[in-house]
Amino acid sequence: MGKITFIENDQTVHVAEFEAGSSVRQIAVDNAIPGIDGDCGGECACGTCHVIVSEGWFSKTGTLGGEEEQMLSMTPERTSTSRLGCQVVLTDEMDGMTVHLPEFQM
Amino acid sequence: MPTLSRTFDDIQSRLINATSRVVPMHRQIQGLKFLIGGKKKAFGPRRPMPEFVEKPIPDVNTLALEDIDVSNPFLYRQGQWRPYFKRLRDEAPVHYQKNSPFGPFWSVTRFEDIMFVDKSHDLFSAEPQIILGDPPEGLSVEMFIAMDPPKHDVQRSSVQGVVAPKNLKEMEGLIRSRTGEVLDSLPQDKPFNWVPAVSKELTGRMLATLLDFPYEERHKLVEWSDRMAGAASATGGEFADEEAMFDDAADMAWSFSKLWRDKEARRAAGEEPGFDLISLLQSNDETKDLIDRPMEFIGNLTLLIVGGNDTTRNSMSGGLVAMNEFPEEFKKLKANPELIPNMVSEIIRWQTPLAYMRRIAKQDVELGGQTIKKGDRVVMWYASGNRDERKFDNPDQFIIDRKDARNHMSFGYGIHRCMGNRLAELQLRVLWEEILKRFDNIEVVEEPKRVQSNFVRGYSEVMVKLTPKGKEAG
Ligand code: HEM
Ligand code: FES
Repeated sequence: MGKITFIENDQTVHVAEFEAGSSVRQIAVDNAIPGIDGDCGGECACGTCHVIVSEGWFSKTGTLGGEEEQMLSMTPERTSTSRLGCQVVLTDEMDGMTVHLPEFQM
Repeated sequence: MPTLSRTFDDIQSRLINATSRVVPMHRQIQGLKFLIGGKKKAFGPRRPMPEFVEKPIPDVNTLALEDIDVSNPFLYRQGQWRPYFKRLRDEAPVHYQKNSPFGPFWSVTRFEDIMFVDKSHDLFSAEPQIILGDPPEGLSVEMFIAMDPPKHDVQRSSVQGVVAPKNLKEMEGLIRSRTGEVLDSLPQDKPFNWVPAVSKELTGRMLATLLDFPYEERHKLVEWSDRMAGAASATGGEFADEEAMFDDAADMAWSFSKLWRDKEARRAAGEEPGFDLISLLQSNDETKDLIDRPMEFIGNLTLLIVGGNDTTRNSMSGGLVAMNEFPEEFKKLKANPELIPNMVSEIIRWQTPLAYMRRIAKQDVELGGQTIKKGDRVVMWYASGNRDERKFDNPDQFIIDRKDARNHMSFGYGIHRCMGNRLAELQLRVLWEEILKRFDNIEVVEEPKRVQSNFVRGYSEVMVKLTPKGKEAG
């Protein structure tokens, strides 16, 4: 069991609990976090689960796949620590992680 | 003569690109019309332009599987598409039709399989076309919806700013005031056709804004787009006059080049560039010379007008049709207006304004127990995926608070996922917010008329009668 913090673009904070093995998108959807749509159901095919990972945590989230890179590249708000939430599988290492939500999902 | 005509197309495109600096684009296209005419006399047409005559479509259960042809452009109009696709989903989810008027093609009809094909751009190419049939010969303009990476990615990124959410936030006020204006001008005492009065009018105004096209001439955008998407050879539509399409293309090329040159001149004179499409193209290094590549130039502008025209229009009409088929949902909406955003997604799922996108297999692919051969045409039937009972509960019901409404496939998935999705959602949300402010009821008083096409799922006529707020009988 761990905790993850979502910060909306207007700075509203949501803290959610997770079990290792779920994706960031799944936790966001289960907890009805506003600002994450996840339209494709976690298939890396819609780009609507974009999160911006806090600096210190980015390296713990694993590496970007080719498909993820391609979908992210279509998002105007992409940053150097952007990930698609459905492609980040939570581990105990990520307990306490903070992610920011973009102003818009594509 | 596929190879011969291929090379011919190639030469044509290169010729046009090379001469574009000296010969105005619309003259080139008119020239092309005669060139193609001559070529037809020499080689015979590539595939004759079919003309479709409507006949009653048989009950799907009387047909052998191999005789099922879902490319029939009357399937939607005759209300037969549901049983046809249900049978394919259940009995032949990856189905081959050898003898359609558009040539042989595969149909993929289950949600999960469609998702797989749409995501796998390494296995399935979107080139050279995303419609089932061929466009009129010589008129295969280049658009990024029908390009593979890396070319697709470069072109998309140069234009997507025009409908980026940031830009849209600026536009919401404008969209709202126009929507209000159009709704306030509707006749309240007699039935009228909602399609031209509201759906076409609002989408036409939006397109003119996106392109910064002369506002009084905006009807032209709608007409070009309708004829382009309605070509008989491409989608089984009602337009079979190739000559007229060349004239349209020439007309369009002329208007768009003029627009481009005007903007160029205004910018040179020190005017700030706007947020319209042409200004964006001119601001980007990759596309600032697009005018010198006419087939691509026309292609990208066409893509935006076709992409944003029929689709949003038919969602605007389709929402009304849905509400009248499921009147309980309209009551639910009036009691819970906060459901509007979810309802918008449900309208887009239920209507599925574009029935499919086409791909070509780049290698042999096993799918659903079938072997799709390299080079085969593969049609992803979003209209069927959105009604797949394996994915959605009671898929044929219109349910405005459906939990997974956003998971619909009407916008496609993967790298070609609709670029205008947020704009479409915004336009529909504002439309329904403004409707609820003004009307207690909008009654569809006659059976709606549906268009002839295997691609566009829409309406030419939806006769309605309004009940202004506070005037409801009883
Ligand atoms: C309800 C309304 C709409 C529907 C149902 C719709 C549907 C689609 C579909 C199915 C695709 C192809 C997806 C794929 O191949 O996976 C697409 C692509 C596209 N749409 Fe839309 N569309 C709508 C509104 C709009 C609007 C308003 C615009 C622009 C103003 C637009 C512009 C585009 C463009 C430019 C593409 C090509 C994207 C690419 O290839 O990367 N669409 N749309
Ligand atoms: S949920 Fe669609 S890309 Fe992550």
